[in-house]
Amino acid sequence: MGIDSMAGKPIITVNHLDMGYDGFMVMRDLTFTVNKGDIFIIMGGSGCGKSTLLKILIGLKEPSRGQVFYNNVSFWETGPEERQGIMKRFGTLYQSGALWSSMTLAENVILPLEQYTELSPGQMREIASLKLSLVGLAGFEDFYPSEISGGMRKRAGIARAMALDPDILFFDEPSAGLDPVSARLLDDLILDLRDSLGTTIVVVTHELASIFIIGNNSIYLDVDSRTMTASGDPKKLLAETKDPSVRRFLTRGAEGA
Amino acid sequence: MNVNNRTTPGPSENSLNFSQSPDGTLLIQIRGDWKLGNPLPSADEVERELTAGGRAQRIRFEASELKDWDSALLTFLIKIKEYCSRNQILLEPEGLPEGARRLLRLASVVPERKGVSKEIKTESFLPFMGGKAIAFFRSATKMIAFIGEATIALSKFFVGKATFRRSDLLLLLQECGAQALPVVSLISVLLGLILGFVGAIELKLFGAQLFVADVVAIGMVRVMGAIMTGIIMAGRTGAAFAAQLGTMEVNEEIDALKTLGISPMEFLVLPRMIALVIMMPLLCVYSDLLGILGGLIVGVGMLDLGLTEYLNRTREALSLTTFGIGILHSAVFGVLVALSGCLRGMQSGRSASAVGYAATSAVVTGIVAIIVATAVITYVCQVLGI
Repeated sequence: MGIDSMAGKPIITVNHLDMGYDGFMVMRDLTFTVNKGDIFIIMGGSGCGKSTLLKILIGLKEPSRGQVFYNNVSFWETGPEERQGIMKRFGTLYQSGALWSSMTLAENVILPLEQYTELSPGQMREIASLKLSLVGLAGFEDFYPSEISGGMRKRAGIARAMALDPDILFFDEPSAGLDPVSARLLDDLILDLRDSLGTTIVVVTHELASIFIIGNNSIYLDVDSRTMTASGDPKKLLAETKDPSVRRFLTRGAEGA
Repeated sequence: MNVNNRTTPGPSENSLNFSQSPDGTLLIQIRGDWKLGNPLPSADEVERELTAGGRAQRIRFEASELKDWDSALLTFLIKIKEYCSRNQILLEPEGLPEGARRLLRLASVVPERKGVSKEIKTESFLPFMGGKAIAFFRSATKMIAFIGEATIALSKFFVGKATFRRSDLLLLLQECGAQALPVVSLISVLLGLILGFVGAIELKLFGAQLFVADVVAIGMVRVMGAIMTGIIMAGRTGAAFAAQLGTMEVNEEIDALKTLGISPMEFLVLPRMIALVIMMPLLCVYSDLLGILGGLIVGVGMLDLGLTEYLNRTREALSLTTFGIGILHSAVFGVLVALSGCLRGMQSGRSASAVGYAATSAVVTGIVAIIVATAVITYVCQVLGI
């Protein structure tokens, strides 16, 4: 536990990034660095553009301006093939889990393996079972997503995101819609993944409990000023920041009004 | 104290009483049941009182005769509060019931965010038409791009480089083929009967009822079998494709494919297109046969034609060219139904109503495309003399 964010090398660097939809600016001038081994939290109130930023980071949406560097390669300025190569090193857990509903859990994990590896069907099945057991779903290989609970779907989503042993895992609102105990178990799982595999994890969330337990670095997106107004370890931010909107957010509105 | 008292001509016992004192305080007495559905005085009366009654600087309330109240009272108070803040009049809510005071404070605790309320614009004719034209060209461009991407995916399939699961294709073949047989059977037999009846009525006048076999056979095999199968599949399978893909869009399943570098065009659209292109001609042949059976029921059952006689006439009426034209129709319709279903599904927005719209739009696009394609093929055949 407790990997110092300065100890790792920068793995994602975002430089003066603007993002918007159809001429409407959502956020402007975002600049931050995620280091290897970080659990990096993108936080902010509802509708501030957290998920839009995530879409830009994982290659689903082009930024209006600015750059995103992965290991010093400019993600949006490089060619589509090289970008695809970078994306292969990501795993993403979507808010709803986004498991392919026509496939079993094992098939969901196997599909990325089929796409990018030359493993035999038996080996792929073994890996799928391993990944599912890592998220506590051993024995559920042949279940369809509709046959399991919301929390299990999220965990199966993590198993799929880990299929190719990614360098970076992106989580979009991992604890949304989960009961407090399941949310806590998911937080523990995220910490375990980082500590045992050294995976860099970027989490979009506004769940304060998770933010303080798992995050060692963060940015705060402010919906009113439409830019980031704070960055750093969330626990330090809570202790030190004087920005009223950040204080309000981190204290559930108890301070900073 | 010199007090000027006035009661509003309230429609019932629910009324307001105004009394203005010389220090510029307007006291509003609220009486009766202020509940939704009851006839109540409007906030305009307070505004009129404030403008007519000289310079009131503050408003107070007295509610000892107020019985029950609900949102009706609150909306009334909010209007007065807004009027007061616009005109720098002090509103002192102390005389109101405790609950109403709290709710009034709650309603104004989060100020309206500037710039979020949507302006309802009334557009004049030219900008409206311009907007429509631009939207049409955008949608046409997207459609052409989609067709282009589908063609690329298809060419990858032919060189064996397309990524999709064989098991998905087999399942789709079953869905588009075997599972469509009952509805295709019913419609085709009925269509054969209808063609037989319509032909019989006219041909009987000339004593040429034997030629009912020609009408049914040529009608079904050349075009009607393919069109009916096409329309059934547009309603059944095209809508299903759009709903499936639209729901996948809502559930972020398509995003999950994209981030893994798997082309949704190859993984989702291609197997659906192949399944329909394979199954449509087969369904069309099946529909032709059942249509002829329908005609035969009319011919043998009502026109007293012999079974062999009817079948011989049918065989003489048909040629390989007629059969080929029917198959061509159905293969084209297969592509069109698959493309329109998948196009609308992939274009679907991320809500339940958007998926519903995608399904409806897929059926409409599919049927329009089928009719236009039939017209084009018929014209080409006419020009070629076949």
